[in-house]
Amino acid sequence: MANIKTSEKKSKAQSMGMHTEVLTGRTQQKFFNPDEAENFYYFGTYDVDFNKRTDLDVMNMSAPEANKEIDNLMSQGYGTIVIKNPQGKHSLGVGILNKLNLIFEGSLGYFGMGSCDGPIVRINGRVGWSCAENLMAGKVVIEKNAGSCFGAAIRGGDLICKGSVGARTGIDMKGGTIIIGGDAGAFTGFMMQRGRIIILGDVGINLGDSMYDGTIFVGGEIGSYGSDAVDAELTSSDQDWLRRKLKVAEIGEDFDVSKMKKIVAGKKLWNYDNLEPTEKKGAI
Amino acid sequence: MCGIAGLIHRGKSSNVGSELQGMLQALKHRGEDSTGYALYGDTDGKNFIMRFKVGENVGEGSSSVMEDVSVYDERKKIVDQTLSEMGAKIIKEERTLPYSLRYEVDYETKDLLDFSQKIESIPGVEILSMGKSLEVIKDLGNAKMVCDRYSLDKLVGTHAIGHARMATESGVDIKSAHPFWGYPFSDVSVVHNGQLTNYWNNRRVLENKGMRFMSECDSELIAVYIAQKMREGASLEEGMKDSLTGLDGVFTYFVATKDSLGMAKDTMAAKPLVLYESDDLVAMGSEEIAIRSVLPHEIDTYDPFDGEVKVWQI
Repeated sequence: MANIKTSEKKSKAQSMGMHTEVLTGRTQQKFFNPDEAENFYYFGTYDVDFNKRTDLDVMNMSAPEANKEIDNLMSQGYGTIVIKNPQGKHSLGVGILNKLNLIFEGSLGYFGMGSCDGPIVRINGRVGWSCAENLMAGKVVIEKNAGSCFGAAIRGGDLICKGSVGARTGIDMKGGTIIIGGDAGAFTGFMMQRGRIIILGDVGINLGDSMYDGTIFVGGEIGSYGSDAVDAELTSSDQDWLRRKLKVAEIGEDFDVSKMKKIVAGKKLWNYDNLEPTEKKGAI
Repeated sequence: MCGIAGLIHRGKSSNVGSELQGMLQALKHRGEDSTGYALYGDTDGKNFIMRFKVGENVGEGSSSVMEDVSVYDERKKIVDQTLSEMGAKIIKEERTLPYSLRYEVDYETKDLLDFSQKIESIPGVEILSMGKSLEVIKDLGNAKMVCDRYSLDKLVGTHAIGHARMATESGVDIKSAHPFWGYPFSDVSVVHNGQLTNYWNNRRVLENKGMRFMSECDSELIAVYIAQKMREGASLEEGMKDSLTGLDGVFTYFVATKDSLGMAKDTMAAKPLVLYESDDLVAMGSEEIAIRSVLPHEIDTYDPFDGEVKVWQI
């Protein structure tokens, strides 16, 4: 079991609330050896050419058929794919594990772009529940609104909604950045563990409820704070990062980030230092 | 899981039967144990339309007890006799299925409580809806099956709400299917997606106030709860806002009256709802694909927030 020790060295990242402890002890990390590069193969990935572009009309396709066709096009080297007539279908664009320019001309249903690792996606419509759930890397931009559980459990990448989002945005997120141009619903950042959420508009009740770590920035009004969510000082580093991030996200570039509120975990709910029952028994 | 859908045309009528069928069929993966429609048709407003059942659909998958069809005829006779005794005149009679009937009734009253109690005192008889415009049609199967069975695709009206049900809390039967009539109010109907956790507490209180429950489906509570609030003088919107604290659990529900359609979402926002709103049409459903069945072109939709109540007029 890893031990948790508080680091005394304060880096810039730490001052922004990104890292507060270091892990020592047993690790399951596998180290990459360049000499064995050919042995490392990410199943289901392709070398694609961004300049090779095609359209795919999914009007009369089911979600599995459309996703298989996207996979087929990537296997042919297409690096830019424009999806026509998504019509609010569910589970479109899931499980893409390589670089790809993907453009949806319309809206998606629930679990759109779920479990992806790497693609750059633009959705010119709205998305339903659980958009980009488990995103590991890449960028997903939604031009309109999004449903609840937006960016649930993401581990990395940038997830941007230019409109408003429903409840439980960033629930259980473990990394990455979620940026909302409009308002967000109740329980935003519920049980988040890492990563950052930026909301330019208002946010509903129970913000950051039971959050373990991570940071939430809010530009508008907050309905109420959840358990263990507390205010923190907005540093100049935070403001620099926010400006940079909003610019890259093509959203709120002129927004006055100096007036944003910063919310972090109060860590009163943390029990990491407590011994497990079996360990307690041993200690006695 | 269940799926709900609704639409309201503002300032005009449309083929709401066919439109709602498309919306509910798009949600059939959310449940197809039963499907129900509450359709607000164009009528002259003179007579009451009474949709009622004298038995259950005992087809495949039903949890109802099998009965001989002759029992249905006996019950119908008693209904006809009771109507006659109350001075209600049957203007038109349709018997779509052995257990399901539609009457147009000439009856002068503002209080439907007494009327409904007398009809429903007949064992096995339940009024599905009562109103000058409202018709509740519900049966086992998915939206298309029910629509075809009752020829609903040609019904023209201003607004409608519907429900595709996956039975979880109660049986697979018509009495537990949505929509629920807002008994004893003319032209009030409710559909619901979610679970109510204070059903029995509220039911006991409301029954003590004289309200009636026909099923053990928790969703029926919403119809009765709103109806009771309206009885006490609240407007539809006030009753719905009150329900956000009076009802415990997770819910998104729609209520429709003769000239309005409303939605409410609980404070946890745990159940989905997507909404499209324009000057001449409001369409909403558990998923966007429901709205897409009536508006296939690109549109702006959004999710209402937690604790939100909205009401639109025709």
